[in-house]
Amino acid sequence: MNPLMRIDPRGVILPVGLIVLAETAARLTNLQSDALAPPSDILLSGIKALTDGSMLYATWQTLANAFSGLAIGFTLGMGLGILMGLFHPLNRLLEVTVEVLRPIPSVALLPVALLVYGFGHRMEFSIVAFATLWPALILTRSAIAGIEPRLLEVSRALQLSLSARIFKIVIPAALPRIFVALRLAVGISLIVAVTVEVTTNPMGLGYKMMEASQGLQPGLALAYLVWVGMLGWAVNGIMVLAQKHLFGAAANVEARL
Amino acid sequence: MKVERLLWLGASVLVFAGFIYLWQLICDYRWVSPVFLPGPDRAWQALMRGMTQGDLLVRWIATIERMIYGWLLASLAGICLGAVIGSSERARAYIGPTLELMRPLPASAVVPLAIALLGLSETMVLAVIAFGGLWPMLLATVHGFSAVEPRLYEVSRALGLSRTAVIFKIALPSSMPDILAGMRLSLTVALILAVIGEMLASRDGLGSHIMLAARAFRSPDLFAGVILLGVTGLMSAMLLGWFESWMLRWRESR
Repeated sequence: MNPLMRIDPRGVILPVGLIVLAETAARLTNLQSDALAPPSDILLSGIKALTDGSMLYATWQTLANAFSGLAIGFTLGMGLGILMGLFHPLNRLLEVTVEVLRPIPSVALLPVALLVYGFGHRMEFSIVAFATLWPALILTRSAIAGIEPRLLEVSRALQLSLSARIFKIVIPAALPRIFVALRLAVGISLIVAVTVEVTTNPMGLGYKMMEASQGLQPGLALAYLVWVGMLGWAVNGIMVLAQKHLFGAAANVEARL
Repeated sequence: MKVERLLWLGASVLVFAGFIYLWQLICDYRWVSPVFLPGPDRAWQALMRGMTQGDLLVRWIATIERMIYGWLLASLAGICLGAVIGSSERARAYIGPTLELMRPLPASAVVPLAIALLGLSETMVLAVIAFGGLWPMLLATVHGFSAVEPRLYEVSRALGLSRTAVIFKIALPSSMPDILAGMRLSLTVALILAVIGEMLASRDGLGSHIMLAARAFRSPDLFAGVILLGVTGLMSAMLLGWFESWMLRWRESR
């Protein structure tokens, strides 16, 4: 069952119907609005922004920021998660620190990052990194805890060194579940990046959307909104496909935070 | 066993205190400029001053109020809609794909649209919180309803239960774990969106407080706000965790 390949015609009726309804309503009322635009206008603005390259450039900025932040945050989180999963005393000693720091909403650090780095790439990285570190840590830790204990016994019997134990036993065994964590973190990184751009950072898709909306170009603003949705959907779809492709049946694990 | 657990917890608290002390040392020796990073002492002072003399407490309450109202709105709408969609195979087939399409849309991306529609108003902030919090609720409820043991539905049909009776007596209780998980996720989202809404619309609250503090380079006030937001997140997660285990106490007793 591949959700991307299998399309139920009944599911198409609602979105298509809504678009047609919005178009006719806008035409009939001769819509003059600073906030809404007919779907045809959204489509035209979207195509125009795509062809003149501004939308693609903004997409590149957003994705670059999201993924470099993700690289930092996920690597740190995964590393800590592996250590905490392998060494129980460490896990217990850091318990309070993790539980206290984790619920800090990532946007609360926005002004801090703004103060330290000013506008630009670095402030966005740092927030995305903070936001993705915790799911990476928690899910890697539970992935390690879910490893078949006999594998760890084998590694002990073979007297593997710590690095050999981590790279030959622990990571391969926990990889399917770590990948689920990565999939989740990719989604989070994109959401956080757009959020940072909407609120403060003058770059990327979020800022473009804000700019178009404040410049009274509702068609363009909504085109960016649709584009962000499509991007999120596509990125998630790619991750789902990669997961199935790479891990097959082992991929059928659910992540829950 | 219990003593050992308490000892570890104590050690863990000590480690956390050690980190705070390290933070203090970093600031005392000026390894990081105090413009960016105030020590815990100065952040604490700013927090206490704001609580007793300033309007930090009022702002904190305003943020919590927004978060809770938006979250309740989202939960109520999410559970009702989710119950309608989840309890009917046909509704799922028609509406499900649209929901899946909307799901990856970041809630903050609708902020520009919400501002254009509703202005920089309280309603806008609440609408954004409710919209953002709605998705986790809705999807969790739909999932919970569709994962109900089919034999329970067969029993209800054999008993001749009405549709409302099925929803309240069978589907809602058995999808409770999913709904509660959705509510927890939705509360996190609500706090984030409350802060964003306050920052953008300059409504009085912690979000605007920390933004103004950052712009004026008043880092102790900024960190006081961040600490309060962390406390809010921690407390709401803990309260909901207790509520969850209380609601699901029947599960452990099995």
